[in-house]
Amino acid sequence: MDNGCFSSPRRDFPNGLRVLVVDDDPTWLKILEKMLKKCNYEVTTCCLARHALSLLRERKDGYDIVISDVNMPDMDGFKLLEHVGLEMDLPVIMMSVDGETSRVMKGVQHGACDYLLKPIRMKELRNIWQHVFRKRIHEVRDFENFESFESMHLMTNGSELSEEGNLFALEDMTTTKKRKDLDNKHDDKEFLDSSSSKKARVVWSVDLHQKFVKAVNQIGFDKVGPKKILDLMNVPWLSRENVASHLQKYRLYLSRLQKDNEQKSSPSGMKHSDLPSKDVGNFNFPNSAIKQQNDASIDRCNYSEGTLHHQNMETKSHEGNPKGIVPHSTTAEKARPLTGNITDANIQPFASLESERKHAAFDCTMSTPYSWTDIPKSQLKKEQKPVVHLEDNFNLLPFHGKKHNIQVDQSQSIASISSTPSITEQDVAACIETKPRFSGYKKDYTSSVSSIRSSVDTFPFRPGNLMMNDQPSQPISTTNFGLKTQSSNNLSCISDLESYQRNLLFGGEAASAAPLDEDLYFYWHNMNFGQPNIGMSEYYDPGLLTEVPNHLYDSADYLVIDQGLFIA
Amino acid sequence: MEKNQSRMQLVAMKQSFFDQGLLDEQFIQLEELQDDVNPNFVEEIVILYYGDSLRLISSIEQALKERNLLDFNKLDTLMHQFTGSSSSIGAKKVKAECNLFREYCRAGNIEGCMKSFQQCKKEYASLRKKLEAYFQLARQVGSSEAACRSK
Repeated sequence: MDNGCFSSPRRDFPNGLRVLVVDDDPTWLKILEKMLKKCNYEVTTCCLARHALSLLRERKDGYDIVISDVNMPDMDGFKLLEHVGLEMDLPVIMMSVDGETSRVMKGVQHGACDYLLKPIRMKELRNIWQHVFRKRIHEVRDFENFESFESMHLMTNGSELSEEGNLFALEDMTTTKKRKDLDNKHDDKEFLDSSSSKKARVVWSVDLHQKFVKAVNQIGFDKVGPKKILDLMNVPWLSRENVASHLQKYRLYLSRLQKDNEQKSSPSGMKHSDLPSKDVGNFNFPNSAIKQQNDASIDRCNYSEGTLHHQNMETKSHEGNPKGIVPHSTTAEKARPLTGNITDANIQPFASLESERKHAAFDCTMSTPYSWTDIPKSQLKKEQKPVVHLEDNFNLLPFHGKKHNIQVDQSQSIASISSTPSITEQDVAACIETKPRFSGYKKDYTSSVSSIRSSVDTFPFRPGNLMMNDQPSQPISTTNFGLKTQSSNNLSCISDLESYQRNLLFGGEAASAAPLDEDLYFYWHNMNFGQPNIGMSEYYDPGLLTEVPNHLYDSADYLVIDQGLFIA
Repeated sequence: MEKNQSRMQLVAMKQSFFDQGLLDEQFIQLEELQDDVNPNFVEEIVILYYGDSLRLISSIEQALKERNLLDFNKLDTLMHQFTGSSSSIGAKKVKAECNLFREYCRAGNIEGCMKSFQQCKKEYASLRKKLEAYFQLARQVGSSEAACRSK
């Protein structure tokens, strides 16, 4: 089964934990198999280390944990341990009849998460799931931390923006709301963190997302549908709903990218140039304040992943795109319409992010964010700047070429809408981009969103729970963002990709998103917002996010969007 | 009546294994794993153990034939495996002898190795005999159920 960050897709974790046991002793192999089966785990036995490695490589996400003996004839157990740790990053438990301290120490040094002494009792095996769980939590936690930070930032930003006018006024309101949301969110997040206990979330790991994108490209973006994708992906544990929501996000993302591209080309003052460099993506928001905020947010965004290498993204798309978060900054320089940049940036950030590493949060939830950027083939490459193509030609759409037609159209429409505010959006996007983890963005973006009121709707993406599950995430409510720039309703039209992108970029400015699942926040930026860079949030095209869109598209959101500014 | 007697006999036999230090709680663990899915689990495991042991014993014997040019590392490795195998069914005494052998190995004590290896073989043979009798009786008594209950 392909598994993203979460190895076990089962909802009744730890039942069904997929264990690979490697031991040259046939007697022990049989005993362990029986013991593990009694623990309701799914067991695969192997008496040769090499065979075990090939099994693991074959099905990269096919196992949750590996238990291996130390002394094996064909390969040293420690060596196997190293391989598994490096290639698959799975928790490995060592076992041996020899319990000498030096051996145990060696095991730990090589990365074993536990060392069991033979004879092994069943109670020792019952608890091995904790190692799997721990790993997951750590990944998510990293992300969340970022998010919290971001949200705080956003909140601050929000207030600063208030002076901008009615936007801000609205923002104030939303800010407050956001604060609340934020609090809630945090709670939720935390709670959701132990998603395993709550329910199994689908973590769109890089691999999984790649598969998804591949399937989408194969089918043809315009003909794509969750069922088809699901069939092509051939991931047994993935549900249609999972794919549907992910697709939605992806569409949003793409459309946003496209929009960015368009914007980029437009001379709007996006100060992408400004954006650059600030760590995260200084989106060159016309307002310095915003900018700062954006920057901050961008930074955050960038941080969400740790070090979003948005830089990678820069290469291509940066023109004008502030590198998403990081990437946006570079693009910002170009002052290209944000959309354009952002998309690129967005894409890149993701890409880079992905490449960077699986950010905990993202990996789990959105490891795809990067992958999103990957969407357009060219963009999708992890390391590359996804949007690059978009910039110039609206290739933004993740798909390179053909399939993206649809998206392009959408983004175009969106882009047009947002062209005015494009800057903001882009800025926002830029900001957002850097943060593939939406969660981080969200916070920041929320505030910026409010201020920016970009026409782009961004969805605050809550990385923590970003897992793209089927559930609709509440784009806006969750994050501080709450700002919902009114998007030219086209937003809704925007492909999921775009929104997704946006979210990514803007970290989910989805300000006023309808009560979307906390998991996913996408800030909807109203593209129409002529506001100067609201910041990154603008860029987010929240509507696009699949998860979010469900809700976002809900009447409430749309209304807001229609009305123009809306502060989430 | 007969059955009860046999059952009691079975119980007593098993108890003696523990009392004599032939088996340890690992054996009980195996019995606990036995269920409807694997009604003869314990016996299956023990049979696997026999096979593994024979292979290892003959390898060690072969290695020991080198007399004065013993490859202690190899011997240690082989014995290590035998120890692991014995631990799987809880063969306590056999395991103890194996550990002794390994110590001699590490010390480079050829005589010690030879002697302790003989002990190993002896203990193994003795245990095997007793277990075979045990399982035979268990089958007579009527199944794994009896074997389990005789705990």
